[in-house]
Amino acid sequence: MSWFKRESQELDTSGEKTVRSEGLWVKCDGCRQIIWKKDLEDNLNVCPKCQRHFRIDVKTRLSYLFDGGEWTEQDGHLETTDPLGFSDLKSYKGRVKIAQKNTGRKDAIVNARGKVNGREILVSAMEYGFIGGSMGAVVGETITRQVERALHKKLPLVIISATGGARMMEGTISLMTMAKISSALGRLDDAKLPYISLLTDPTTGGVTASFAMLGDLNIAEPGALIGFAGPRVIEQTIRQKLPEGFQRSEFLVEKGFLDAVVPRREMKNYIAQAFGWMA
Amino acid sequence: MEAASKPDQELEIVERQIAQLETAAAANPEAQEQLKVLQDRVAGLRRQLNANVDAWKRTELARHSQRPYTLDYVQHMFTDFSEIHGDRAFGDDPAMVCGMARFRGEAVLVVGTQKGRDTKQKIYRNFGMPNPEGYRKAIRAMQMAEKFGRPIFTLVDTPGAYPGLGAEERGQGEAIAYNLREMSRLKVPILTTVTGEGGSGGALAIAVADRVFMLENSVYSVISPEGCASIMWRDAAKRDAAARAMRITAPDLLGFGIIDGIVQEPEGGAHTDHAKAAELLGETLAEQLSELKKLTVAELLDARYKKFRNISQFYQES
Repeated sequence: MSWFKRESQELDTSGEKTVRSEGLWVKCDGCRQIIWKKDLEDNLNVCPKCQRHFRIDVKTRLSYLFDGGEWTEQDGHLETTDPLGFSDLKSYKGRVKIAQKNTGRKDAIVNARGKVNGREILVSAMEYGFIGGSMGAVVGETITRQVERALHKKLPLVIISATGGARMMEGTISLMTMAKISSALGRLDDAKLPYISLLTDPTTGGVTASFAMLGDLNIAEPGALIGFAGPRVIEQTIRQKLPEGFQRSEFLVEKGFLDAVVPRREMKNYIAQAFGWMA
Repeated sequence: MEAASKPDQELEIVERQIAQLETAAAANPEAQEQLKVLQDRVAGLRRQLNANVDAWKRTELARHSQRPYTLDYVQHMFTDFSEIHGDRAFGDDPAMVCGMARFRGEAVLVVGTQKGRDTKQKIYRNFGMPNPEGYRKAIRAMQMAEKFGRPIFTLVDTPGAYPGLGAEERGQGEAIAYNLREMSRLKVPILTTVTGEGGSGGALAIAVADRVFMLENSVYSVISPEGCASIMWRDAAKRDAAARAMRITAPDLLGFGIIDGIVQEPEGGAHTDHAKAAELLGETLAEQLSELKKLTVAELLDARYKKFRNISQFYQES
């Protein structure tokens, strides 16, 4: 007979005894501080301590931009046909399905129409969460439709980039979308209609080399990575480390390729005011 | 004939049948008719076989060190060439060549990326990878051609726009973007030929044209096969699989409606006979230029817009 005896055979796990704390706190990559998630969200997903601008999904971004967080979506039903039948380690079709499930969108783009400080505008905004915000035929067509809509309705246009560039899995077809959107922007320019390009973290590759750099104004959020070639590719080419802050928004202003770096909190007013000046 | 057999096997079978028929067909109209059907089939199969030359083999041919480069075409296809240098802002880019010239007597502008053949030349030409000033020189020359109503020929053979530190500082992205928009509304005919490597945005920046052709053994892609392999397969050695998967050959791109035609090369490839390659290309370009000159400026610009507007309609409405 033992000294101690287990009274019941099983541990009682029925009651809620633990406090779930995961997901309530976020570590800021900028200042390494731990921030309460609600504080972060109340501050437009900008670190209250170091002002680092966190990446946000397209829905959150649009809710910050439009009056009352309200807008109407258009062209959201377009879907890729996988023209190349592309497959690497995974199939492209499979990747699209997963991305659609995760983002609740058909592709990496949203066309929206709504009011900014009372002024009606059109917006095309990219969703980085959808295969790295890459640009294929659907993104190309959706943005082009928005540019043409701006042309016909004579409305100001904002395109918000968040992308790694062209979508490899659509090959040369994705390359052609650069020419397609740029041509449409040429017509918008001919018609003297205003277009603001807003570059967010990150904007690289074929998007930087097309519509993102063709705004009447090209503006960016603070600290966004913006470039044609990605930093790793450049490092491989020149075989040395890149300097701190290379290809960040502030660097591009210094080099003369951005008109302004605009903090998220001021974005709405900046855009409304700029359009007010233009038209 | 078994539909399931591969074209090369089928070709052999049909060729044997032809050989048999040829001896028997001399005075037999029915056999002669059959013979004609088979001969057509052989031609079709040959085309199909040629279209299926492995994408990686084509890439190697496109990069062949003896392949004619822009200045070789200038020598064989144009007269009175006079080079235009510099972007009037930063410098001259030897990876991009622009010049006034005459094409079959007519004043035209030639713009093309330029590779080097020996080590010294390769370095001088930056391996055919232009910097922003190269693209800015190109559009400056093209705008001058527009001013004087001269047609523009562009020749593309580049691994891509140079991904260097200086290139980023001087706005590689902006330079390419500007060219795309401005080329789309230049009021003169533009004819582009991809003669070797059509490397992504760096190629497209001089390829927003009324007619885009590819030489038989050229490739046109959004990223190099090596680049695609190292990203998607995490192994640059999978470049042949990447080349195939991306569908970068001329027949592929003709099928997608991205290019307007394929220009034949001399047997064995353009590198075997520069003069002949230039002659074959010149014929196509002359014919197409005269077609384009029939259009009014408004028609020309409208057609160019529609061409790129409708070029990549690979989506469905769900």
